[in-house]
Amino acid sequence: MKASIGGYARAESVPHALSLLGEADGVGRILAGGQSLIAALNLGVSAGDMLVDITGIETLRGATLDGDRLVIGALTRHGDIARDPLIAEHAPLLAAAAPLIAHDAIRNRGTIGGSLAHADPAAEYPACVLALDATLVLEGPAGRREVAAEDFFLGLFETARADEEILTAILIPCARPGDRHVIREAARRAGDYALAGLAVVRREGRHRIGAFGLDDRPVLCAGAMAKWDAGDVDGMIAALAKDIDPPSDTQASASYRRHLAGVLLRRIAAELGEAQ
Amino acid sequence: MSEHFRSRIDLEFTVNGEAVELTVPAGRHLIDVLRLDLELTGSHAGCEHGVCGACTVLVDGQTVRGCLTLAAQLDGAEIWTVEGLTESGAIADLQAAFVERNALQCGYCTPGMLASAKTLVESGSVPSREAIREHMSGNYCRCTGYEAIVDAIETVARTRAGVEARVEAKVR
Ligand SMILES: Cc1cc2nc3c(=O)[nH]c(=O)nc-3n(C[C@H](O)[C@H](O)[C@H](O)COP(=O)(O)OP(=O)(O)OC[C@H]3O[C@@H](n4cnc5c(N)ncnc54)[C@H](O)[C@@H]3O)c2cc1C
Ligand code: FES
Ligand code: FES
Repeated sequence: MKASIGGYARAESVPHALSLLGEADGVGRILAGGQSLIAALNLGVSAGDMLVDITGIETLRGATLDGDRLVIGALTRHGDIARDPLIAEHAPLLAAAAPLIAHDAIRNRGTIGGSLAHADPAAEYPACVLALDATLVLEGPAGRREVAAEDFFLGLFETARADEEILTAILIPCARPGDRHVIREAARRAGDYALAGLAVVRREGRHRIGAFGLDDRPVLCAGAMAKWDAGDVDGMIAALAKDIDPPSDTQASASYRRHLAGVLLRRIAAELGEAQ
Repeated sequence: MSEHFRSRIDLEFTVNGEAVELTVPAGRHLIDVLRLDLELTGSHAGCEHGVCGACTVLVDGQTVRGCLTLAAQLDGAEIWTVEGLTESGAIADLQAAFVERNALQCGYCTPGMLASAKTLVESGSVPSREAIREHMSGNYCRCTGYEAIVDAIETVARTRAGVEARVEAKVR
């Protein structure tokens, strides 16, 4: 099966990309690493798209510091996230998440912005940005706006981004001394999408837990977080089961996924020194 | 269609060290440019959605999926396929080790395997067998059962790093 494409244009800047999207009159599609989009086009999910290739916009690539925030450009590739010392220092959760995504050849092209915009419920980064309390930057015809990660993921492959908006950057509060970042997942084979996974950030005795593969969207596990903050590990596991609503599919049943989530959370708690 | 969107794209890049200029439909995949337009049929197309690794080639020194890359995105790129890598001798030791260890049967997966293995053995260190498996996890082989492929890559990594090659497979 081959992708059927209406047209292709290379954007030189964010304003240029926005004007191309406007011209495309509703059938414009942003092309970043293509590692989800081209696969979908090959499967015939959509046809006649006008592709706006944003990969040439250099200002959207790489990480920088802005005060106590780390700014990661949307076009930063998974492989760069795994290797960038600035990200390892200030957002170690993402540095640990990147190698869990797919395989080398896919990590060499796939981008963090593409992953967040695609919003696969089993993807690592969406759960990470929830746990990190990150903010996503969107630029559209009406200007620039910031959306908290918590308000970004609305459903299965559905986000708060409007079709004519471009996700340009991710703003992350820098890790402070003593903060702990942990990600764990269960997958059938290395590189597969996870059956279940959890991303955890501990800061000054408070916890944020992002779950992936465990609902129709990435989930911030508020019930489990409150129990953990109160030091109740068993209560945390019980609450987690209610925070999530895992799917059943050919890979795993909902009850197995729920079980895995509890096992992963106990392991993370043990890794962070909680008595079991 | 608007004048800014094009349905055919003019491209210039190098393939196996040779400059190539061509015009392709906007939706043309790298793997089809290689196989159909340039008749470099060493790289294979399997699943065409990024899973099997048969289409893996090198672009600017890194592995990519030929089936998930539009040629339109590669203006100015440097592309290497198994044909060029063979001719240049860059992977001669890997190829010899694959043959020696029977790390291929039908050979469908082999060009992709070699491209992926190349970036691993170039890293200079000797990866553990587990690291080799992890690195090669995006390349499926339906024939060999992988053990021989891991052996072949391990042998080359050791030889390149100056560590003595294993003479025979460990008993596991
Ligand atoms: C075999 C295979 C295994 C994979 N395994 C995993 C895995 O385990 N975990 C995981 O997380 N992912 C996995 N992926 C997906 C991979 O991480 C993709 O790279 C990622 O989901 C999309 O990023 P991209 O840059 O390739 O985006 P594209 O494919 O180019 O785009 C994806 C979608 O996002 C939109 N988009 C892209 N960038 C922007 C932007 N800046 N602003 C607005 N919209 C944008 C596009 O229009 C499109 O709808 C896998 C992919 C494959 C093929
Ligand atoms: S054909 Fe490209 S990964 Fe299978
Ligand atoms: S040798 Fe046949 S698929 Fe690997």
